[in-house]
Amino acid sequence: MAEKRKKKLGIKQRYSMLTRGLGWDTTYQDMDKVFPYDNYEGIIIHDWEGWEDPFRLTMDAYWKFQSEKEKKLYAVIDSFAQNNGHLGITDARYVNALKLFLTGVSPLEYQAARGFTHVGRHFRGVGPRVACQMQAIDELRHVQTQIHSMSHYNKYFDGLHSAPHMHDRVWYLSVPKSFFDDARTAGPFEFLTSISFAFEYVLTNLLFVPFMSGAAFNGDMATVTFGFSAQSDEARHMTLGLEVIKFMLEQDERNIPIVQRWMDKWFWRGTRMLALVAMMMDYMLPKRVMSWREAWDIYFTEAGGALFADLARYGIKPPKYADIATKEAEHISHQAWHIFYNYTHAAAFHTWVPEKDELDWLSEKYPNTFDKYYRPRLEYLDKEEKAGRRFYNDTLPMLCQVCQIPMGFTDMDDPTTISFEVSEYKDDKYHTCSLGCKDIFDYEPAKYVQAWLPVHQIYQGNCGGAEIPDVLKWYNFNLGADNMEYNGSPDQKLWDEWQAHRKKA
Amino acid sequence: MSRVVSITLQNNDDARPIIEAIEKDNPEATVNIYPGMVKIDCEGRLIIKQETVEELLGREWDVQELHLSIISMGGNVDEEDDYFELSWNL
Ligand SMILES: [Fe+2]
Ligand SMILES: [Fe+2]
Ligand SMILES: [Zn+2]
Repeated sequence: MAEKRKKKLGIKQRYSMLTRGLGWDTTYQDMDKVFPYDNYEGIIIHDWEGWEDPFRLTMDAYWKFQSEKEKKLYAVIDSFAQNNGHLGITDARYVNALKLFLTGVSPLEYQAARGFTHVGRHFRGVGPRVACQMQAIDELRHVQTQIHSMSHYNKYFDGLHSAPHMHDRVWYLSVPKSFFDDARTAGPFEFLTSISFAFEYVLTNLLFVPFMSGAAFNGDMATVTFGFSAQSDEARHMTLGLEVIKFMLEQDERNIPIVQRWMDKWFWRGTRMLALVAMMMDYMLPKRVMSWREAWDIYFTEAGGALFADLARYGIKPPKYADIATKEAEHISHQAWHIFYNYTHAAAFHTWVPEKDELDWLSEKYPNTFDKYYRPRLEYLDKEEKAGRRFYNDTLPMLCQVCQIPMGFTDMDDPTTISFEVSEYKDDKYHTCSLGCKDIFDYEPAKYVQAWLPVHQIYQGNCGGAEIPDVLKWYNFNLGADNMEYNGSPDQKLWDEWQAHRKKA
Repeated sequence: MSRVVSITLQNNDDARPIIEAIEKDNPEATVNIYPGMVKIDCEGRLIIKQETVEELLGREWDVQELHLSIISMGGNVDEEDDYFELSWNL
């Protein structure tokens, strides 16, 4: 390019105009009163100007790029709906992954918007405030675009009609909900460590990237498009996550142990929540891109390994229990699917035993565990179902006091023994699913004894009534349509009719 | 210990010249193709040069247009007027 356009200011200068000199020290009120939250966690900041945002996005550039993203996305969503894009997906079983996404993940986008709006007010440094405010707007965009995209599926499939209502009440949705509740009720630095660093930098790759690629593979144009549109913001959020960590670590060495503890905690909470995604990838995508185990190897072992090697210069170690989480990658999707298979009469999506070629795929991808522990159980359940004895578990499970997952996960070295830990606090016993969750409980028991545990709440009579159907009505489920086995469901019936029409045509 | 930096871009028309430019300027990079996306890994560092993208595209290209195509990445970011670089401290 011979004649380069000359912008008056370079990217660095434009960004510093946005973030430097805009703030001021208050004089009518004490600064600590104006910003009451940014030092009680013990994080010591000497110089807020030390904050560097690697993406030096100014407000005008932000609006320009975001509006372009929205235009592209809405063109696709609109044509997907107009052209009956749902007919092009591989199989109706796939839609169950979307049900879990809409009820479990999309409300987290809204929680993120609330969280970043809050902390975007409460840092006294201008750099982090600008970054958090932009992110709050992004997160609002994510929840809106996800609802718009999936609303098309709601016209035809069950279980997509009451996502926010369900998110606040349903037992398995308390897993992601409590994750964000925990983060939002922490201080602003812990919030950024939990959401921006542990969740977005370390774990979102595992959540969004392979799953959205899976959506592309399964013909779901709407989901791929909102997924990748959200991820384009996520790349910026990830750098915020890494930046806040480096900022805290560079400001004062007394910050190091605090940051390490938060990393250990939020890594563990994150991996627990991702058990839901593991089973979406291994069981709910009719055409599979990669197994959960492979995704773990690429995104945690390799990408996370490089990241933590980089942070080692600050004295940061890889998260505690990362070795256990890596062992779990061989088991967790199978165990999570089994829990939902047991309780699908109380869930707003269907479960099933995978077909033979799908079981073969799992055998191939999990040579160490699947044939030994999980395949025989699935084949047994399949036989029972075909004989008209579809198994449903009628007792309510005990939940982990921290991650709120039913305590069905096993010891990783002995996958026939259920793993659990016990803590005592003020003469009461509290149960957790793992050493990771026990550590979290033991450090802040006064916080976690307040957990709203769905099973406890049902037994205390706070969830619509004493019988399971009462509870499910309180959840806003359409009984017999949203819940139960996939085989014989209204979703399946409709899908089979469409396929029959297609054959005739 | 692996020190791989990584960038994932959409596999679409906007991103194609960027992917090509990365291949040109980072000969050691590995390009992995997945449904809907392309993940490019490179040991230590990876650079996207404005000049190369503009040559391939035949028009002016603002480095921040990358925001429209990026899906994910790993590495410390250095963004300037004429390049975008990912690296780990070696
Ligand atoms: Fe988001
Ligand atoms: Fe985000
Ligand atoms: Zn737990």
